[in-house]
Amino acid sequence: MGSYVPSTHQEREEMLHALGLTELRDLYRDVPQAMYLDGKLNIPDGMSELEVSRAVSAMAAKNRVFSTVLRGAGSYDHYIPSIVKFIPNKEEFLTAYTPYQAEMSQGVLQSIFEYQTMICQLTGMDVSNASVYDGATAAAEAAAMCRDRKHHVTLVSAAAHPDTINTIRTYCYGTGDEMRIVPMKDGKTDMDALREMLTAGDVASFYVQQPNFYGQFESAEALGQLVHDADAMYIMGCNPISLAIVKTPRDCGADIAVGEGQPLGMPIGFGGPYLGYMATTGKYMRKLPGRIVGETTDNDGNRAYVLSLQAREQHIRREKASSNICSNEALCALTASVYMAAMGPDGMAEAARQSMAKAHYLADGLCAIPGVTLRYTGDFFHEFVTDLPRTDEVLKALEEADILGGLPIENGGILWCATEKADKAALDKTIAICREVLKK
Amino acid sequence: MKLIFEKSVPGRGMTLLPKCDVPEVKLPGELVRDAAPALPEISETDLSRHYTELCQHVHGVNCGFYPLGSCTMKYNPRIDEEMAALPGFTNIHPLAPAHTTTGCQEVLDTARAYLCEVTGMDGMTFQPAAGAHGEFTGVLLIKQYHDARDDKKRTKIIVPDSAHGTNPATAAMCGFEVVNIPSAPNGCVDLDALRAVLGEDTAGLMLTNPNTVGIFDENILEITRLVHEAGGLCYYDGANLNAVMGVVRPGDMGFDCIHMNLHKTFATPHGGGGPGAGAVGCKEFLKPYLPQSALMTGSDRLQVRSFAGNFLVVVKALTYIMTLGRQGIPEAAQNAVLNANYLMAKIKGTFTPAFDRICMHEFVLDLSEFKKETGVSALDVAKSLIDYGMHPPTMYFPLIVHEALMLEPTETESRETLDWAAEVFRKLYALGHTDPEFMHNAPHNAQIGRPDEVKAARHPILRWQKV
Repeated sequence: MGSYVPSTHQEREEMLHALGLTELRDLYRDVPQAMYLDGKLNIPDGMSELEVSRAVSAMAAKNRVFSTVLRGAGSYDHYIPSIVKFIPNKEEFLTAYTPYQAEMSQGVLQSIFEYQTMICQLTGMDVSNASVYDGATAAAEAAAMCRDRKHHVTLVSAAAHPDTINTIRTYCYGTGDEMRIVPMKDGKTDMDALREMLTAGDVASFYVQQPNFYGQFESAEALGQLVHDADAMYIMGCNPISLAIVKTPRDCGADIAVGEGQPLGMPIGFGGPYLGYMATTGKYMRKLPGRIVGETTDNDGNRAYVLSLQAREQHIRREKASSNICSNEALCALTASVYMAAMGPDGMAEAARQSMAKAHYLADGLCAIPGVTLRYTGDFFHEFVTDLPRTDEVLKALEEADILGGLPIENGGILWCATEKADKAALDKTIAICREVLKK
Repeated sequence: MKLIFEKSVPGRGMTLLPKCDVPEVKLPGELVRDAAPALPEISETDLSRHYTELCQHVHGVNCGFYPLGSCTMKYNPRIDEEMAALPGFTNIHPLAPAHTTTGCQEVLDTARAYLCEVTGMDGMTFQPAAGAHGEFTGVLLIKQYHDARDDKKRTKIIVPDSAHGTNPATAAMCGFEVVNIPSAPNGCVDLDALRAVLGEDTAGLMLTNPNTVGIFDENILEITRLVHEAGGLCYYDGANLNAVMGVVRPGDMGFDCIHMNLHKTFATPHGGGGPGAGAVGCKEFLKPYLPQSALMTGSDRLQVRSFAGNFLVVVKALTYIMTLGRQGIPEAAQNAVLNANYLMAKIKGTFTPAFDRICMHEFVLDLSEFKKETGVSALDVAKSLIDYGMHPPTMYFPLIVHEALMLEPTETESRETLDWAAEVFRKLYALGHTDPEFMHNAPHNAQIGRPDEVKAARHPILRWQKV
């Protein structure tokens, strides 16, 4: 069996002896005898490193890695620069815990401060927290930030990611608050329905995703105007890559900007670990949940960083805290920082432009095939929905050609996604296969 | 240290992407961003050196002793990282067809089976991304259970006053009223205090066992029986599972649901504060309430985040469990407990344990007498440890012990390290009596002196801005 216990058997004996005990069982004298397992744990024997490496690698080998991924829907296959894979694996970053002791954690604290700055740059906001679990929980936490006794309703666009909608619903269920879904029209939030739903006096906030689940750009500024006219708060969930070129949530009037940070250098990884980013205006700074790092000075007047504004948090406020969140995705935030620094403003913009260009090239190519149409006709970023006959056959044929096609969605639609990683040859091949299948 | 923004030079950068090989598409004018985000423009050399400089000012488990109580800072095996970085895992889309992701399913199924065996549970979800998130998930199981039975009067969750702050915060997030009960003088649950608050309005109890002072509650069966008798459910906070894994199971103690911190007990690295994974296990009758991704499963159940959770962290934990296996899991727990008792015994005679008895994987020192004698606080001692290259223990927790320092050495420390740590504590005990002033000003050799936290809170600077 494998073991990471350094003490030899003799050392263990000696240590027990030093405690006046004879066997390890003596350490568990408070455990009722009847429940003491006494070696009867029913899992397989341990293994050497080589054996376990073989066994786990064999599991990985059962998965199918596609050479081209044209599926997004909340998990985006962008290029990850090599250095972004190396830096977060530095053992000091990897094996440290939350920087409670500022004097021996300046490196982690500074990296979070830099992350917060980058998120503020990307979103146009004043304050970012150090991260939350993922994009869905970031939206749910933001919605919770807005609710109070009089305003207990969260409105959510039906065009948001289904997991985000359901996570907001779950958090509302917890506190006994209410979520109402604003219907969709032509693949976007129905503005008239929103206007109507905002007239109820109990609405705390409205959440919209930009671009939305179907890839469509929402009329974010106009939505924000409606929300503010009704004295509610406006939460935008934005794709961080798109923000390199698309109008910031701040400029669209958002009070809180959140989103899924996975595209910023994290692998798709079967869904996690991902990263929720969360930023707001100065006005709501003290309502923001989660860790926040602030700059200060030490007793010699040197610049220093600390975990700050802790009076908001659960370890101080206990049941009165606005959230129970504590440490969450620090290394993912570090990954995102390294990604943004490696790409720089130009590289991020290029990734955004290329993703958009490739998605449009794919959409144009597919829609040139008889029988294939775009379900929604509005402007889109790097995702779009097609309607075509024989969805299953198309996706199966693509799979055989080592291409993961778009995600089948309701009513026979396919939600496609392209990033800068898809080259023209792969897109042409995809279009050709679809044409071939649909010819039959 | 300069910030990365202070190292930025316009025009610098890396060559990462090829030229676009399809026609460009113009973003509609009203959607265009006004000005590019001011992200760093930096060469790869400088980027690499920047983070190398930062990581030289971080103390990880690989740097030295890290007895941060309640955080289980054990060694993080590198093979776990290697396995989680396999392209056969990292390159798998969460929404890929099921027949192409059977390896991922095998990871989740195997981890679920082993962890259910370790905890004595019947079902498990890996959706929660962290311990607190697991607590939220677990207490939601309790809420759904009572709701499904239309038992609306159960509005209260009982939490001992020794509990971690996330417990009451979690209960509040789930809409429950928190009933704090005082601990008995031995740090365990006061049965009379528990009986006094149990009733028709009891939704459940949240408990850590061993508790936050490092003691296994010998009345555990009576505690869970009383709660069940009142119609409530018992939630096990797995924060301290490292002391008992493979030795005794929460399911056998009478708990109905539990969360585990895979990043603590099962050795996945803490990453400077995540990502972890907070697997939640439950008994058969709670399985229908486990969360599921709406998009992945099409179910109408609740869910606590997107997709299937921090999957790659589960790969690390599974690798660890497979390595240790049937014998290694209890061996780790037993040696964590042995190390804690050994260290406590070695420190005893100087600083005073809050509870002078056999402990589990961690113990709490009570420095209130020492402070009275010398004026040196737990904080001063903690800061002094930094000068020895030791990460300080958890300070001022749990709240029921004054001037508390909580030490958890874990099983992956050698006897020499424990001997050395005890020696450092003895030195500081002596120093407190001879030169308290020196300790008030510690640390002396760290990168920075004590930071001004009040200033940070009163005049918040939360991002870098160009002057």
